[in-house]
Amino acid sequence: MNMASMTISSRLSGIAGPSGVITDPAELAAYQIGDKIPRAVVRPRTGEEVAELVKFASAERLAIVPTGARTKLGMGMPPRQYDLALDMTQLDRVIAFEPGDLTLGVEAGVPLEKLAAVLAEHRQFLPLPVPFGFRTTIGGTIASGVDSPLRQFYGTARDYLLGTEFVTGEGLLARSGGRVVKNVTGYDIHKLMIGALGTLGVITKINFRTFPLPGATRAFVALFESAERALELRHRVAGSPLTPLSLEIMSPRVAELLSGDVAARIESDPIPASLLRKTHWALMAGFAGNPQVLGRCERDLCQMAQLSGATSTAVLEEDKTAGAFGRVREFIPIALASSDATTIVKMMVLPAQMKQVLASAERAAETNSLLWAALARGLGVIYFALLPTDGEQDSRRRVTQATDQILLTCRDSGGEATIPWCPAEWKSALKVWGLNRRDLDQMRKLKEVFDPHGTLSPGRFVGGL
Amino acid sequence: MDSRLIHDLEKLLGRDGILQKPEDLILYEYDGSVEVARPNCVVFPRTTADVVAIVNLAKRYDTPLVGRGAGTGLSGGALARQGGIVTVFSRMNRILQIDADNQRATVQPGVVNADLSVAVAHTGLHYAPDPSSQKACTIGGNVSENSGGPHTLAYGVTTNHVFGLEVVLPTGELVRLGSPTLDPPGYDLTGLFVGSEGTLALVTEVTVKLTRLPEAIKTLLAVFETVDDATETVVDITARGITPAACEMFDGWTLRAVENYVHAGYPVDCAAVLLIDVDGLRESAEAQAEDVADVCRVHHARQVRVARDESERELLWKGRKNAFGAIGQISPTYYSQDGVIPRTKLPVTLRRISEIGKKYGFEIGNIFHAGDGNLHPLIPFDNRKQGQLQNAIRAADEIIELCISLGGSITGEHGVGMEKDRLMPLLFSEAELDLMRRVRDAYNPAGLLNPGKIFPSTKGCGEIYVRPSPDASAIPA
Repeated sequence: MNMASMTISSRLSGIAGPSGVITDPAELAAYQIGDKIPRAVVRPRTGEEVAELVKFASAERLAIVPTGARTKLGMGMPPRQYDLALDMTQLDRVIAFEPGDLTLGVEAGVPLEKLAAVLAEHRQFLPLPVPFGFRTTIGGTIASGVDSPLRQFYGTARDYLLGTEFVTGEGLLARSGGRVVKNVTGYDIHKLMIGALGTLGVITKINFRTFPLPGATRAFVALFESAERALELRHRVAGSPLTPLSLEIMSPRVAELLSGDVAARIESDPIPASLLRKTHWALMAGFAGNPQVLGRCERDLCQMAQLSGATSTAVLEEDKTAGAFGRVREFIPIALASSDATTIVKMMVLPAQMKQVLASAERAAETNSLLWAALARGLGVIYFALLPTDGEQDSRRRVTQATDQILLTCRDSGGEATIPWCPAEWKSALKVWGLNRRDLDQMRKLKEVFDPHGTLSPGRFVGGL
Repeated sequence: MDSRLIHDLEKLLGRDGILQKPEDLILYEYDGSVEVARPNCVVFPRTTADVVAIVNLAKRYDTPLVGRGAGTGLSGGALARQGGIVTVFSRMNRILQIDADNQRATVQPGVVNADLSVAVAHTGLHYAPDPSSQKACTIGGNVSENSGGPHTLAYGVTTNHVFGLEVVLPTGELVRLGSPTLDPPGYDLTGLFVGSEGTLALVTEVTVKLTRLPEAIKTLLAVFETVDDATETVVDITARGITPAACEMFDGWTLRAVENYVHAGYPVDCAAVLLIDVDGLRESAEAQAEDVADVCRVHHARQVRVARDESERELLWKGRKNAFGAIGQISPTYYSQDGVIPRTKLPVTLRRISEIGKKYGFEIGNIFHAGDGNLHPLIPFDNRKQGQLQNAIRAADEIIELCISLGGSITGEHGVGMEKDRLMPLLFSEAELDLMRRVRDAYNPAGLLNPGKIFPSTKGCGEIYVRPSPDASAIPA
């Protein structure tokens, strides 16, 4: 260790305590992003410590990447500069849970599983069954902006995040919003923190509106010979009075991925045998309610599925749903673990465009000799996974061609696409953040305000922000 | 105001596109609040290009510029606090696109909120945010204020229903923020601009979500002998995990005023009523209605009436939506507040509000969104009597301080505007306010757009902004 590092390390210890600073190379490796390994990992215990650390880093022109459970460090571009990892997992307290008000205040490092247990004691929950749910923290979930099947009914975090406390790139500990369910006091800065990958602020506390757990829940599954027919059912449901909690359409290969050994290692609850078939497209919808509502939903869904040309339908009772919902929730990590070079394109299109963009993505994959699997959320978000057999040069070339094609297709149909996940060494070749955005200049203005020196995750975000 | 600016505006918009006579300007010096500020001129753009040109003129002549929809706002957001040009969007009122398949619509800012729902009704869809002024207020105004309404309890406020915006920045740039599709990559600029109270940009186009109308709606009117019973009922409904589509409370005082005006059939001899909507599938609405009725009875409701048909439902809601107008029979002027509290604190809060009213000699009425803890204490005062406005403001400030002490907020849906800027230091530190100011300055660097709003004009906490002595004739009765 050289002099400069020693000084930095002692300064960091002065803020986070000696046990809060890690410089052992073996441990640092776990914080690697792309080919960059930080010089130190700091584990602050309070928002004030985070502020001190960022202030110090900003003054020394060191770059920080905040991390939680490190499940999504691969998202976005690798940071331009990466000196310190800010491990937020010591900030793991539930600060205020008011079941009667349906509000919650938590520190950013709280694991989602712990949070779910606390809320369940009062029959409440946060509708965030996100990928990597088995390990991820609430802060990482919000900062990465990952979505979940339940957005169909509950919306995304944007719809029930009430406020945050965060540290700006200059080390200011600030708050936005509050902890009441309705509030228009000041700018909604907390919304800017969602999905910003820690480039505007380090989230230290988050306030949410919570929800009563839905009553008895069922999973409805219909199988189809084509995507077109599965989407037809999606459109029928959207035009009906039914309000399913989730609605996902899955390509035939998703059935294979979700029932394999890799999937079992990630989500141990099994998916019921023959629920999905490797030869068929599937639509899975979750619904809940009293017995009359369940009966009505089941009847209507079966009828609409038949009209849409389903080859079979099934309804899972509550005790059988865990594996089905769990593995669909974990589609992304399962797909990532299924190939050495899995590349996942997130396509965002109008629902009526899903048929056409899916068909075109399928062509792009197949003309480039790539296996693929697609999971489409009913509201118009498609995760299209390309599954090359290896990470060699030729695979990279074919994936690049396919993704370029898919990005253009999405844009031409009035939508957008990004590539949230791909091998680290391919990042520079792929258009990770999609095609140019017209409002990038307006985003740059925000980065200037919140992080003028580029202290926070520099370069990880859209347009090199 | 520079006569060359007037001349240029007239050249741009035509003679019928600008108002500048004092008797015309007086109509634009107020909104739904108790604030007053007179502009130097009022302009009526017809196109986005007009708006860009107006912004460029304001810039060239270094003149403040304020956007305005229907002027129903309740915090002075659309008033020209520092004079200048008020830009009224009433002529940009076209629905540009209705895309029923994708449940989206794109509208100009001057489209009246309720008109959009009427225009899409044949598709079985509606625009869910429903401010009480929805028959007059515009979607552009709703976007600026992030407006709420009774049914936002279940459906969310304006920001939850906006996909994207076209805006003209104070620099004259025309930009699109967000996207008609979900999860646009990058920072959530739409989320920042919605609710920015016209301080960041003028909105020229809005893409909104359309929501399917529920199959069944049940409207219940629960009648209580004490305010406490009504508030305890609200707390208990939430605690039992029931989420009504709307849960409104009126106290007896307000109820009598409204009944006398609307004849909705409200009982006039009770202490409070709850007006509750539950909706969803037929099977679900029925069950929820029974659950809600049970909770009401547990808390000693004298009567729980379920609207028999659509016309009775509409009548009950008409009373709610026209309530503020009804107060005019009782008092020449009133001051409506907008504090928010955690829902469990409702009973104690209403008791304290009543005490605060007594202290200042007002009988404060309450008609509000009980389900989400968004209070609207209504302080009737007579502006012709010396000191009454000042006392009303003092009482309102005490109520707001109470809300904050209970963990609440100073505004739930009306906005900070010029009404509550001086209260911002009660919630945010100077450094936090400064961060927000820097966000404003990033888009509105010269401060020409809606100056004097949201942020306290004087530095430091506790400094109370002293209003000029009210000009009685200028305040709407």
